[in-house]
Amino acid sequence: MNISVSPAATVTPTEMMTIAAARALKSTDVCFVGIGAPSAACNLARLTHAPGITLIYESGTIGTEPDVLPLSIGDGELCDTALTTVPVPEMFRYWLQGGRITIGFLGGAQIDRFANLNTTVVGPYDQPKVRLPGGGGAPEIASNCGEVFITMAMGHRSFVEKLPFITSMGHGEGGDHRERLGMKTKGPTRLITDLCVFTPDPVSREMTVVSLHPGVTRDKVQENCGWTVCFAETLSETPPATTEELRVLRDLHARTKKAHGVS
Amino acid sequence: MAAFVSLQEAVAAHVRDGDSVAMEGFTHLIPYAAGHEVIRQQRRGLTLIRMTTDILYDQMIGMGCAARLVFSWGGNPGVGSLHRMRDAVENHWPHKLELTEHSHAAMANAYEAGAANLPFAMLRGYIGADLPKVNPSIKSITCPYTGEVLATVPAIRPDVAIIHALRADRQGNVLLEGITGVQKEAVLAAKRSIVTVEEIVEDFGPRNANAVILPHWTIGAIVTVAGGAHPSYAHGYYKRDNAFYIAWDAISRDRDTFLAWMEENVMRAGPEAFAARPPKAA
Repeated sequence: MNISVSPAATVTPTEMMTIAAARALKSTDVCFVGIGAPSAACNLARLTHAPGITLIYESGTIGTEPDVLPLSIGDGELCDTALTTVPVPEMFRYWLQGGRITIGFLGGAQIDRFANLNTTVVGPYDQPKVRLPGGGGAPEIASNCGEVFITMAMGHRSFVEKLPFITSMGHGEGGDHRERLGMKTKGPTRLITDLCVFTPDPVSREMTVVSLHPGVTRDKVQENCGWTVCFAETLSETPPATTEELRVLRDLHARTKKAHGVS
Repeated sequence: MAAFVSLQEAVAAHVRDGDSVAMEGFTHLIPYAAGHEVIRQQRRGLTLIRMTTDILYDQMIGMGCAARLVFSWGGNPGVGSLHRMRDAVENHWPHKLELTEHSHAAMANAYEAGAANLPFAMLRGYIGADLPKVNPSIKSITCPYTGEVLATVPAIRPDVAIIHALRADRQGNVLLEGITGVQKEAVLAAKRSIVTVEEIVEDFGPRNANAVILPHWTIGAIVTVAGGAHPSYAHGYYKRDNAFYIAWDAISRDRDTFLAWMEENVMRAGPEAFAARPPKAA
């Protein structure tokens, strides 16, 4: 990896989030990609340190190598550059439920301390204050992938003490909740935000901050979180973005904007 | 047996008030032209079924066609909310919309069960999720061999399925390529079906032996509508109009702006207008 470092001030929190999320992926991973922030991170990984990674989108595209980020999970670019494209029932039955996918990469509207996700509704289900898009593939991505990475920007409205609705189960009530429900997969093992990186405590499964991004303080993390944040005893600093990571990410976003007709 | 008819005739013959209607196309090949014809013919009380409820169903909901929505994801992909769907759910405009909500895995399985003439589908799904608390049709079954408890959902058996395909031949066989989603399952699960196509060809010619082809005897009506999937796309014909998906956010946010757009582009336009809509290939 190129070690020449850009001044931290020029890197936006969103860019740092995408770069830190990309670093979590390996070239040998088979990754089910959620749209939005996960898609940027997964493609950045593929274009930098993980060229062999297999990216899968729920539209059925397996081993796709898009030159620009897709706006939807089924843009033609994904199909045109895929190793193969399978029907949607097959995608969910053979590949996801079949246990072939090592990493599910998700985003969400709201998250709690056990990395359960809500993308369904704010307020009561029958009388919602805000109707969100719903689960899509996420409920089964969360339970059937070997492990789950999540990337979301922090804030009081998104990192909440109690979710109004659990769309996709993370560690449930914590502890061995997943095992008690018969799940054999690991669930969320990494939560990458615009401020820090969380991993689950090995016993309680509460998401715990293990690394702060450059220039971020514990107070800043706490101010942007709706629950009392648990910090690891030895807290590290996320390595700063390299010039190479930034260049590839910015090129990717510039190509994407041009391709989608956004000025 | 497939009948070659006009879009007006196809919808008049096959879509009735109160029907359950599945218009499928997973980002690719979404049957916009056919949906607009349903809006023009002012069908009411429909149960609209679709995995990725996107702009087409936003339009149909906003124009008052739907009593119920059966879906697993309802948003403008990569852009944000569907404002007409949200207005219907949150404020009951233009009227109340009942929801039957699933996950993608469950709906894909439910279509497959419909095509397979089974009463329900089974999956390892919904574990730890709240949807079963608000959708009473999600139940469970115990495996007679292992004792594992698995989720079940009823098969989807629509009154009518509507899809857009790439092309048909003179006999009325229909070809799909690229991202084929659940269209084959939707047509085979439905009692009746309408297929719009980009073009009709004399013969498909050389093709992959595993191409997705629906034989003419599985289809009710075939209609040629060039550009009929716009603003989604047709593999090999035109690209997804991502700029329109982004623009829809502003068009649909306000009721009056939405109604004015629908009046001009749907109520006062016909299927022939679609040919000029897709962006030119880059």
